[in-house]
Amino acid sequence: MNRFEQYVQRDHDMLFIPFIVAGDPNEEATVDLALTMQASGARALELGIPYSDPLADGPVIQRASKRALAGGMTLRRAMRLVETMRQKGLNIPVVIFTYANPLLQLGLDTFFHEAAANGIDGLLVPDIPYEESHSLAQRCAQENICLISLVAPTTSDERLAKICASAQGFIYCVSSLGVTGVRKKFHPDIFPFLERVRRASSLPIAVGFGISSREQIVELKGVADGFIVGSAIVSEIEKRADPLKIAASRAATLDEIKQALLKKFGTQAETAVPTHHA
Amino acid sequence: MIRQPQLEVKFRTDETGRYGDFGGRYVPETMMHALLELEQGFKEAITDPAFLNDYHKILHDYSGRPTPVTYCRRLSEAVGGAQIYLKREDLNHTGAHKINNAVGQALLAKRMGKKKLIAETGAGQHGVATATIAAYFGMPCKIFMGAVDVERQALNVFRMKLLGAEVVPVSSGNGTLKDAVNEVLRYWAAHIEDTAYIDGSAVGPHPYPMIVRDFQRIIGDEAREQILQQTGKLPDAAVACVGGGSNSIGLFTAFLDDPVQLYGAEAGGKGTDSGQHAATLTKGSVGIVHGMKTYLLQDASGQITEPYSISAGLDYPGIGPEHAYLFKTGRAIYQAITDDEALDALVRLSKLEGILPALESAHGLALAMKIAAKMKSAQSVLVCLSGRGDKDVRTVLHALKKDNSEGSDAQ
Repeated sequence: MNRFEQYVQRDHDMLFIPFIVAGDPNEEATVDLALTMQASGARALELGIPYSDPLADGPVIQRASKRALAGGMTLRRAMRLVETMRQKGLNIPVVIFTYANPLLQLGLDTFFHEAAANGIDGLLVPDIPYEESHSLAQRCAQENICLISLVAPTTSDERLAKICASAQGFIYCVSSLGVTGVRKKFHPDIFPFLERVRRASSLPIAVGFGISSREQIVELKGVADGFIVGSAIVSEIEKRADPLKIAASRAATLDEIKQALLKKFGTQAETAVPTHHA
Repeated sequence: MIRQPQLEVKFRTDETGRYGDFGGRYVPETMMHALLELEQGFKEAITDPAFLNDYHKILHDYSGRPTPVTYCRRLSEAVGGAQIYLKREDLNHTGAHKINNAVGQALLAKRMGKKKLIAETGAGQHGVATATIAAYFGMPCKIFMGAVDVERQALNVFRMKLLGAEVVPVSSGNGTLKDAVNEVLRYWAAHIEDTAYIDGSAVGPHPYPMIVRDFQRIIGDEAREQILQQTGKLPDAAVACVGGGSNSIGLFTAFLDDPVQLYGAEAGGKGTDSGQHAATLTKGSVGIVHGMKTYLLQDASGQITEPYSISAGLDYPGIGPEHAYLFKTGRAIYQAITDDEALDALVRLSKLEGILPALESAHGLALAMKIAAKMKSAQSVLVCLSGRGDKDVRTVLHALKKDNSEGSDAQ
């Protein structure tokens, strides 16, 4: 049984899938943040690879990428951090979230070698849409890596059917047009969109882009199986970049972040019974 | 004279927008719908005689097309080889070839029911062209420009505002052209319903490189006819500068099936070994940026590096995918021209012909002069003079002053 089958299931209540940027604010903090996410109820982790030209990302993740690049983070180094996370007790599946160019430059052979060696379970390349994905998807299938697909409210039924036919792990539903970043409310179109995705796939469906509050997660219950939180977590990290860098203050800071996330989203245990907090 | 609309448009790309291995559509799923819609809209428009008639009529009545081909007698004599002819895109309204494409894409936007225009700009030329056509059509317009470029190009910023456009400074990344491209694509992804993105060069995800080429091929189509009329034969070589590569692909397209050697001049900056250049084909490697697979300037781990050129219009880390293909197949030859070589060409054309070229175009001219010098006097070289140099006077003044003072130091 692979880690996706174990942790990312439709019958689990509202899967929490956090996104952090590798190397933000430094390597040690990234490893500990991953473990903090697991302790906060994460059922999978998206590990973002910093990139100079992140087309799908808003200002918060752009800034995190810049910080991580300044520290010399690369795709290969990020992949090796996962092995350290595993040694320290990370059990949930890890998805590498990278733009196409760093992947192309590392080379697919090296990528899959490192993925197998470091306990990596999935890959998400936001700028490789379905049309460009065929050879990568084939290779991922051979190497037992889940290639996660994005779908958007503007994705036609015809494309949705094609994308879902080859999708693996979970379906990443982009909540709204534009880039990653915090938004207060969902566009009302999201609900018919999620129903379309549900009809097109039997995989768990998770909603990302703009998730920033418990209210949004409550709204998604019943129509989606999980939610992805990026910018809202990365901005908590940004606020505490300095104490996170230092070993002495890290543990207390991680606890603060855990509390902040708990307050913002509740962990999976709490979102299961949101009425307690109403 | 209104040119006959061209009904035979070659689509040299397949469904995924490939030129050999280059091009494609490397964008987030959020943009795919808009790109597919645009591709469909463009294919319908470009084969519709009424649309083409509007396009040619605006270029004729508003931009002054056709632009002439000018024979450079004194320059040719001074170079001492082949005869040099200039395709005078500098004589367009707004002073450069950028207007050809802005007119075409804005017309397409109107046809597709879009209400607003957005564009990126580096030096400001494409921003000015887009703001101009937005004013002409009465459409609201936002121009995304790197914060550093906003500082450097204050006059063009004012010019765009005067034309009624809103200039949005982009401070993400390094605050330059590549970041303005990212930001305009991000904005577009969030506003695709009512907004058209007017891509300024033959770059970006499919179908943009194809659209820009087809709206710029008027340069080569006209020039081919004109030079045949003037000399009775095709030129032996056709030369243009290449940043993203819109004026060059516009020139080359007309000659692809002819026995005409094609040359592209890329920005060699302070020398291709200086680390300060935009010589994408000479020094770059294959990668993915701004939605396309092409040659680009990058580090070993795939981060895009910042290019440099004295000419802001060539200061781009990638190159259009069709150029990457023409380079790989050897159909066109690309050479780097340094800042100094471009400056020298600018000065010579000004003094010998009374034409002040843009610094971008001066790169093409410098390469043409090098090539012409090795050719026979019975041969001819056609150069695309993509823009006029008024915008560069301050930069040129500064650069020449520096050269002079460095020269006297050495003595």
